[in-house]
Amino acid sequence: MDFALNDIQQMLQDSAAKFIKNDYDFETRRALTESELGYSQSNWQLFAELGWLALPFAEEFGGMGGDLSDLVVLQTELGRGLVVEPFLSTVILCGGLIQRHGSDAQKGELIEKVLAGELKLALASAEPQAQTRVEDVATTAVADGDGYLLNGHKCVVLDAHSADMLIVVARTGGVAGDRDGITLFLVDPNQAGVELFNYPTNDGGRAAEVRLNRVRVSAGALLGDKDNAFPALEATFNHAIVALSAEAVGIMDRLLEATVEYCKVRKQFDQPIGNFQVLQHRMAEMFIECQQARSMLYFGAITAAAGGEEAARAAALLKVKIGSAGRLVGQQAVQLHGGMGVTDELDVGHFFKRLTMINTLFGSQDEHLQRLVFKAQAA
Amino acid sequence: MNIDFTEQELAFREEVRAFFREELPEQVRYKIDNGLRISRDDQVAYQKALHAKGWAGVNWPVEYGGTGWSSAQKYIFFNEAAEAAAPRIIPFGLSMVAPVIYTFGSEEQKQRFLPDILASNVWWCQGYSEPNAGSDLAGLKTKAVRDGDHYIVNGTKTWTTLGHYADWIFCLVRTSDTGRKQEGISFLLIDMKTPGVTVKPIITLDGRREVNEVFFEDVRVPVENLIGEEGKGWTYAKVLLTHERTNIAGVAPSKHRLSTLRKLLDNPPAGMGNLRQNSLFMARVIQAEVELKALEFTELRVLSAVSTGKAPGPESSILKIKGTEVQQMIDELYLEVAGYYALPFVPGQYEDGYDGVRIEPHFAPDVAPHYYNNRKVTIYGGTNEIQKNIIAKAVLGL
Repeated sequence: MDFALNDIQQMLQDSAAKFIKNDYDFETRRALTESELGYSQSNWQLFAELGWLALPFAEEFGGMGGDLSDLVVLQTELGRGLVVEPFLSTVILCGGLIQRHGSDAQKGELIEKVLAGELKLALASAEPQAQTRVEDVATTAVADGDGYLLNGHKCVVLDAHSADMLIVVARTGGVAGDRDGITLFLVDPNQAGVELFNYPTNDGGRAAEVRLNRVRVSAGALLGDKDNAFPALEATFNHAIVALSAEAVGIMDRLLEATVEYCKVRKQFDQPIGNFQVLQHRMAEMFIECQQARSMLYFGAITAAAGGEEAARAAALLKVKIGSAGRLVGQQAVQLHGGMGVTDELDVGHFFKRLTMINTLFGSQDEHLQRLVFKAQAA
Repeated sequence: MNIDFTEQELAFREEVRAFFREELPEQVRYKIDNGLRISRDDQVAYQKALHAKGWAGVNWPVEYGGTGWSSAQKYIFFNEAAEAAAPRIIPFGLSMVAPVIYTFGSEEQKQRFLPDILASNVWWCQGYSEPNAGSDLAGLKTKAVRDGDHYIVNGTKTWTTLGHYADWIFCLVRTSDTGRKQEGISFLLIDMKTPGVTVKPIITLDGRREVNEVFFEDVRVPVENLIGEEGKGWTYAKVLLTHERTNIAGVAPSKHRLSTLRKLLDNPPAGMGNLRQNSLFMARVIQAEVELKALEFTELRVLSAVSTGKAPGPESSILKIKGTEVQQMIDELYLEVAGYYALPFVPGQYEDGYDGVRIEPHFAPDVAPHYYNNRKVTIYGGTNEIQKNIIAKAVLGL
């Protein structure tokens, strides 16, 4: 039994905290989100130099062989800085799929580029009718000579605007809802028939609607084997839920700190508002939820790392807790900052917005709760 | 980051399991598992069995006969105890007054009191709260006035759990009215058989006698029963309250209760409805599981910090609040599961010698009384509101 950071984790935490402190204050981040790219290319190169982009990949492909706990440490710090660089899309989602499902040749070629910062990827998985139900894939890939023709609509594809390559989840067999017959394709976003409608997201990021209209790809565009990508997708989303939850825990800690600081200096009725018991208890409750969320994160990281049925269940339980804790901490942070809490000027509102969208991503509290209920009823 | 046990810890777990298999009487296990009360004799017999094995002083230092267990071992022991439906260890002697005696008591007091506490030869109860000193405990009024080599004690203590079973009571008494109110408090051990001590029952919402009022009328207590220095009782008491708070969280028993509930839902006995089909109810079950799982890891984080020599972090202060909230969440779920059979109130039906009709399903009769009585857990040991004051002050610096 051990929850202390090991040497590598301590180093990761220190370097990430230093980066946020020196290079990523809130106004810098605001300027990045308003820039054309939406983040900083030089930061991305720095992530590569610091080895962050290599963190979860196997050592045989040049990665650091880090586990989920290492990722949790890094993501928590990135959460504290509200970092918008496309780490989740490229490294955790697409990187996870390449690592789990790619052929050895693909792993060798693609991972090397990712960890050098030379290849950014976006995952085109969700569809308007399906959203977080991964197996509900209506996008089709039909054999066409020695290649495939892709048709479909992928919605809210995170970080698609600057991706060098999309991973498109398409159906090569069965019907929407089947776990079999799901295949991954590497698609160049600039190729004929791929249409991107890019837009900003309200949490400071970028996303796109991706429409595929008779997009012709070669057989070489298949990532890994045909028809059986579902287990890799599911495992990747389970890990992504843990990573996203770590980001949420970093945000919640930051919000609690900011709120406590503010209540110590903001004066009304001739005294700091932190003197009032009703507000003290509210902050005590925020503190409790921050700690409970962190504990649940550790449970999720440890259990999801083992894989299997328990991993999916752990990720769902974690997402339920992050949803409820995030709502309480985010809403109360805004409430206790009073009018300032709803201004665009203050960082608090921006942490709140990201926390709100984290609940939505990869299945909300209610969606996961319902899945867990159905599972218990079917047992 | 891991929650793995070492080989030695796994071997220890086997030893603990074997102990409960062999030493815990079936009728005691049944009563605990169904929320029924066990007798004083059952309780003492269980604690004596622990003592015979050398496991009575779980938190005690080895030099006084304690186990010297690591945090992981304690975690294993309490989890296996809950899983085996063993009674809880009554805390007043073994985990409350004993640490005060071995930390602040004289050599003579240690020799006089500790062996009988360890062997459960003497039953202790706690004299802290008073009718007008609850959350504001330092406002206590029970007076101890020095008279030669005795104190004369006058006053009333209340909410004295199992005081009617007790041989001795440890009390906070006022020895001075000057200065800060905390500074006039002393820690005194009183034999319950001393003339002038009377115990009166308080009947709680479950219809039972668990707590009492204890009256002191010109009770003569030898000065050698004073722990440490006069006026330092508040400092000693605070040490003890920290112990109390972590005990109250009850994470391991909650895990056992929730998993027992899940088994009932999967295989409902005759007389119980099929609650599993009620999705709203099942969502509450899952939410309780989420909170409990988070709490279990909060506790593990505290244990892990302690075992590496660090002081428990701020996360320890949430154990009492969250632990009791989760207990009450589970109580509510049981109430729902019992349905109509929560209504019959037949307190004697599982007592030895009962020969009337027994109400089924077997778990139902104690569900409502337990729910009523267990509202106490967010109140005692420092109300959860007081705990939030503590977090605001001590952790958040407000």
